Amino acid sequence: MADSKATQETVTLTIDGQEVTVPKGTTILQAAESMGTRVPHYCYHPGLTAPAQCRLCLVEVQGAPKLQASCVTAAQDGQVVLTESEQATEMRQGVLEFYLANHPLDCPICDQSGECKLQDYVHAEGRKHGRSREPKRVFGRDDFGGDILFYGDRCVMCTRCVRFMEEKAQDPRLTVVERGNRSIIDTFFEDGVEGSPYAGNIVDICPVGALVSKDFLHKARAWDLDHTPSICPNCSQGCNIDLHVRDNRVQRIKPRANLSVNEYWMCDYGRHRYEWMNREDRLEAPAYKVGGEYVITDWSSVLDELAERLDDPRPALAVASPFASTEELGALRRLVDHLGGGRIVYRMPRADEEIPLPGFSDLARRRDLAPNGKGAEILGMERVGDDEGRGGLEDFSGHTGTLIVLGDELADLDQGFGEQASLYMYLGAHPSPAARQADFLLPRCTFAEQEGTFINHQGRVQRFWPGIQATGAAQPAWIALAALQLRLEGGGRGISTAAEAFLQVAEVAPELQGLSYQTIGTRGALVNEPVALPGS
Amino acid sequence: MAYPYTHEKEVRVLSRGWGDPRTRTLEGWKALGGYQALGKAFEMGREKVIEEVKASGLRGRGGAGFPTGVKWSFMPKEKKGPHYLLCNADESEPGTFKDREHLRWSPHQLIEGCLIGAYAIQAEHVYIYCRGEFFEATQVMARAVEEAYEAGYVGEDILGTGHRIDITVFAGAGAYICGEETALMNSLEGRRGLPRVKPPFPAAVGAFGKPTTINNVETLSAVPHIVEHGGEWYRQWGTEKSPGTKLFCVSGHVRRPGNYELPLGFPMKELIYDVCGGLREGRSLKAVIPGGSSVPIMSAEEAEACSLDYEGVVECGSMLGCASVIVMDDSTNIVKQVRRMVDFYAHESCGQCTPCREGTQWLSRILVRIENGRGREDDLDTLLELGDQMTGTTICVLSDSAAAPVASSIEKFRDDYLALIRRGEKVGAA
Repeated sequence: MADSKATQETVTLTIDGQEVTVPKGTTILQAAESMGTRVPHYCYHPGLTAPAQCRLCLVEVQGAPKLQASCVTAAQDGQVVLTESEQATEMRQGVLEFYLANHPLDCPICDQSGECKLQDYVHAEGRKHGRSREPKRVFGRDDFGGDILFYGDRCVMCTRCVRFMEEKAQDPRLTVVERGNRSIIDTFFEDGVEGSPYAGNIVDICPVGALVSKDFLHKARAWDLDHTPSICPNCSQGCNIDLHVRDNRVQRIKPRANLSVNEYWMCDYGRHRYEWMNREDRLEAPAYKVGGEYVITDWSSVLDELAERLDDPRPALAVASPFASTEELGALRRLVDHLGGGRIVYRMPRADEEIPLPGFSDLARRRDLAPNGKGAEILGMERVGDDEGRGGLEDFSGHTGTLIVLGDELADLDQGFGEQASLYMYLGAHPSPAARQADFLLPRCTFAEQEGTFINHQGRVQRFWPGIQATGAAQPAWIALAALQLRLEGGGRGISTAAEAFLQVAEVAPELQGLSYQTIGTRGALVNEPVALPGS
Repeated sequence: MAYPYTHEKEVRVLSRGWGDPRTRTLEGWKALGGYQALGKAFEMGREKVIEEVKASGLRGRGGAGFPTGVKWSFMPKEKKGPHYLLCNADESEPGTFKDREHLRWSPHQLIEGCLIGAYAIQAEHVYIYCRGEFFEATQVMARAVEEAYEAGYVGEDILGTGHRIDITVFAGAGAYICGEETALMNSLEGRRGLPRVKPPFPAAVGAFGKPTTINNVETLSAVPHIVEHGGEWYRQWGTEKSPGTKLFCVSGHVRRPGNYELPLGFPMKELIYDVCGGLREGRSLKAVIPGGSSVPIMSAEEAEACSLDYEGVVECGSMLGCASVIVMDDSTNIVKQVRRMVDFYAHESCGQCTPCREGTQWLSRILVRIENGRGREDDLDTLLELGDQMTGTTICVLSDSAAAPVASSIEKFRDDYLALIRRGEKVGAA
């Protein structure tokens, strides 16, 4: 990689008086962006081909007879480019005025308001007063099927959506019909994009509010949303996402660019599975059973009590969840090792088939429908159960020693599970069948409420950050487990951050050695050695 | 004297035989000396053909006036894959009706030109892209191609030379923009007729992604004559820089509108007052559009001083374009005429580029308002500024074409606009 870069041909040009060197074949627009100069554009999107039709990225190239579309003009040695010259800004202002000639200016009721490129560009460079006195043409609203609504009047005809469906989804269900000022995006048949598994992305790439999500319709204003970088928890692909949060609730999920994982996209399957993060029926406080009755208490008391009662000399058994973070799984591994080194198993639902995005071969909705199966595997946990994520715990239900369940709600098991265990401890977020017989109930944060990492199907360790606050006294499981282990070991090094928890995991998982939160960063890092799935 | 109107000052090279139905048939055309040049071209070799066309100074008759021989020489010398020759018969510029007549009356002349052109640029396939509305012309053309296939002029082993050149007559679906060369290619390939971004130019990446040359009907129709008689012979007409004859489509307020083949450099005054029989009784000349609706409009004085060659028209403030002369006398409401032209462009804009998509419609709406007496003086400034914003900012030149008549008419006929605007004010005040 480094070698090929060194031998790559480069060109050096001057943009707005600043010299910049870029690989040969780079466009002027990309060269400008590489030095932090944003050239306004609509039709250009880094993940799609550029038709150069929005005419907003016109820049002055000295020596050229007229303004050049920077999105398709290759950077050349010695080129002198002016993005802010009088001619360029005047033309941009002119093009923006044309955009507004028919745009409805319904920003107060438009979902895109606040993150709209037309608003942004016009605020930055547009004319102070519009000159149009003519009536605007009206298209109205159209249901494109699935989650997509189309407001024709707001459309700026950049055709990003058409090109996404053609080039990336390779499921060309959208097109431009009519021509001139009457041209409009339309579907071929009544069902539109219904059932096209990546169609949600057209809402993300629409620079204005022409394509909106029905799910998000009038739900929140863009400026009220906090964006937290996270990882999609719905399959082992590990798409980089942002959680958009208002009022401590996840309002929607948007993909976050990562060229090694999901480029700029995510599937609709993942996108629409977020409501569970907002569930309000939660385990809120630690509790333990005394004589058949639960005593609700605080963390310190429950951990003291637990440390005292964890005295069974037989190896403990544990059931983990592939939805738990690597830090949580690692803390469980350490505890179980301390308690005699028994088996840890996990169950993971498996879909019948992958759903690939044809235009970006690295991305697919994977068959494994959990984010961290790889993490569990790296930590020596054993996959059991069927493709529904059920069964496989026959050896556990009658276990008479210590039994720990982390995350798995055991929805398929009968009431007797854990009844015979000498101590049954459950770390979970929601009231569930797993909690029924538990001697100790430890409330746990969901991934959306904590910092941590997931390891995707490629073995890429990726960080996520807390987007919402946990309910009650819930904590990441690694905090509880590490504190418990300190008590069991009668001292040692305490930890207080997820970064430290990760380093502790690396101590028991050689694949993670040498990695830290710094080296993982926001783009993720591959584990040291690819590991083969057992039995594959 | 047959073809609707003819005149003694005409030099009928390309249009000889027009009006006589026999020329449409292979037999009739051969009786006029057709298909002599084809054999000669094969004997000359392709380099020599290109040299001869260069020597003739033939310039593209579609409007841009680019030297044809030079255009042919842009094609790769070494052939790596298929080459294509496209014949642009998507004649849709308002005021233009010469190519249709070529298709209708002298289809074999065009076929011969296509074959020579294809031979010169090493193309094995020629597409004649006919305007969708040309039902009769397309049929005549298709029939002629069929005849030529049967006679062995088209297809495998032409005239026993071993060369294979196929010709396909293709009917468009009715879009002005498909006359733009790259939009034509998209349309031919079955895509939406949207102009492509250049570079790459067609000689490198054209139809079906292969090197392609595209020529106008009239250009290709002139080629057999040049090959047969030589470049020098062709230069006996016209001027140094604009040699040869040209078909002038005259329409509007003249007594005998029609197609007239005249040497380039012919005086406009003579064309209007002599060849076309002058204006109607008691009328005087007000304005002329010399080259189809997309060129600047000329005042009467400019028009009467103008010599009809590529340079001469530019000197008088306009462009020769495809030599479609629209004559307007003093009964003309210029604003209405300009509005109708702008409406045309608004209707025909492909809608890709924002300045064109939005600008053409906006211009039209302002002009409608002025025409209906609801204009304001500052609308004229807006029109001019919008025109500026539409010029040189788009992929193709349709946008520029829509802006040109607006700007030139406001410059030259401002009083016509003001009269409508002021009348409106009076009505408003009453």
